[in-house]
Amino acid sequence: MSDLTQFTIAEARDRLAKKEFSAVELTSAYLKAMEAARALNAYVVETPDQALATAAEADRRLAAGTARPLEGIPLGIKDLFATKGVHTQAASHVLDHFKPPYDATVAANLFDDGAVMLGKLNMDEFAMGSSNETSWYGPVINPWRARGSNADLVPGGSSGGSAAAVAAHLCAGATATDTGGSIRQPAALTGTVGIKPTYGRCSRWGIVAFASSLDQAGPIARDVRDAAIMLKSMASHDPKDTTSVDRPVPDYEAALTGDIRGLRVGIPKEYRIDGMPEEIDRLWQQGAEWLKARGAEVVEVSLPHTKYALPAYYIVAPAEASSNLARYDGVRYGLRVPGDDITSMYENSRAAGFGTEVKRRIMIGTYVLSAGYYDAYYVRAQKIRTLIKQDFDKAWGQVDVILTPATPNAAFGLQEMTADPVQMYLNDIFTVTVNMAGLPGIAVPGGLNAEGLPLALQLIGKPFDEATLFRAAQAIEEDAGFTARPQRWW
Amino acid sequence: MSVDQATVRRIASLARLKLEDEDVPRLEGELNAILKWIEMLNEVDVSGVEPLTSVVEMEMKMRDDEVTDGHIPEAIVANAPAGEDHFFMVPKVVE
Repeated sequence: MSDLTQFTIAEARDRLAKKEFSAVELTSAYLKAMEAARALNAYVVETPDQALATAAEADRRLAAGTARPLEGIPLGIKDLFATKGVHTQAASHVLDHFKPPYDATVAANLFDDGAVMLGKLNMDEFAMGSSNETSWYGPVINPWRARGSNADLVPGGSSGGSAAAVAAHLCAGATATDTGGSIRQPAALTGTVGIKPTYGRCSRWGIVAFASSLDQAGPIARDVRDAAIMLKSMASHDPKDTTSVDRPVPDYEAALTGDIRGLRVGIPKEYRIDGMPEEIDRLWQQGAEWLKARGAEVVEVSLPHTKYALPAYYIVAPAEASSNLARYDGVRYGLRVPGDDITSMYENSRAAGFGTEVKRRIMIGTYVLSAGYYDAYYVRAQKIRTLIKQDFDKAWGQVDVILTPATPNAAFGLQEMTADPVQMYLNDIFTVTVNMAGLPGIAVPGGLNAEGLPLALQLIGKPFDEATLFRAAQAIEEDAGFTARPQRWW
Repeated sequence: MSVDQATVRRIASLARLKLEDEDVPRLEGELNAILKWIEMLNEVDVSGVEPLTSVVEMEMKMRDDEVTDGHIPEAIVANAPAGEDHFFMVPKVVE
């Protein structure tokens, strides 16, 4: 039998329905691929027994004609999502041995639609990072390598395990989360498609919290259609998350008509940053040309507060993180390191349990929220956030979507950026504005750079207009003709 | 604004993070580099601007004030590093 891991979600769904192969055969093919790809360190836990049992149930449903939308589709789940009775640690030492007695709503939605969980995917600790190098379980290696080179590259982060697993065909699709770019940046660095939906589109219940006003779940998939299929299942209104939105989930797959005639596309001039590699600029122009050739209208727009989004983010996100991570105290779950009294027990447990980047962000967050600094930092950052949102609101008077590069660079080497935190943070320069304004954004591969590494474009949409983003992204995907795959070296 | 080593220690204490002595100068440098970068926000005129409180406009949701969950003590303490009889155990806090 040919390698079943080659099929996209849409293809596997149709072939399972035609009984060309069984769900158990499909899951087995992925489990075999995962075993052979442990060098990538994409999974922190594999759950083969559970996967095969779920796949067997899927086969019964397929035989009975009661298949659900994702019946028998093997997925990887980011370690940030609670999964009942299964390792859920946000790739942190501080959550050692934590097994939640419930599923996150997004995970439950996928399982209720028939998806099979293959295992939990590696990530930056507490989703804090842009290279997947802050994980307690060690870095994820990008399946892509530069042409003629054996050097390991990072897959981006924080959803680096999700992106690497999708790119290397170690799952048909993966869940991910995005607080400042953690879906779109790793998708861009691995030639996959990732969408961060509008804030409130997916429930945050059962997702380990990083920065609650920015966090949002979304899929990483092989193509735009698969991302649309996954988001349809992931999104829901959830009474357990008061910020989840009570509005119907559209059929995103049905929106993929290829027709973008009359679509108004904005090019924000502030995204032309100094030192941007020429190949990224060229891809950006090429993307605008592709859309124009299909009948879209391309206009320049202005988002004047763009450059302030990232520094404002590095006040808001650490502030919320320092508050959210206060719960890790060695009492209710996770790691406990004894001390002389309760305070030293807290301090020892947290010192041993959190990694360097997480501690750095807790420190910044605690500082900007501390007495005397709150107005100067946190309140000012939230005011700037209002200005960033107003920039977009104004642009939506002129355009339907905004086209930008997804990242300022292609995949980079391990430890290349770890010495300077601010340099690492700059990876999110094109993605973070979207989180600050709560908007949807999608990263879609546009081509390869001179070294043979993937580059991506980002489309930003109006609130809850994911359908238009999918349609426009698929147009780019088709015109880019991106079919490149990482050469298997693992 | 910048932090000195005494401030680094005070923040760590507020954050309940034990610091080793050698961590302090490193964190001082890193925090100051980040705070210096953030200073560019002072260029922005924010007078008359309301701080953002919600990215999505929506009515505050109301629900009935009633018990909908409970009687699951085993599930609640299942992950505790130390516990007994459905209680979390901690070092002595009252003399």
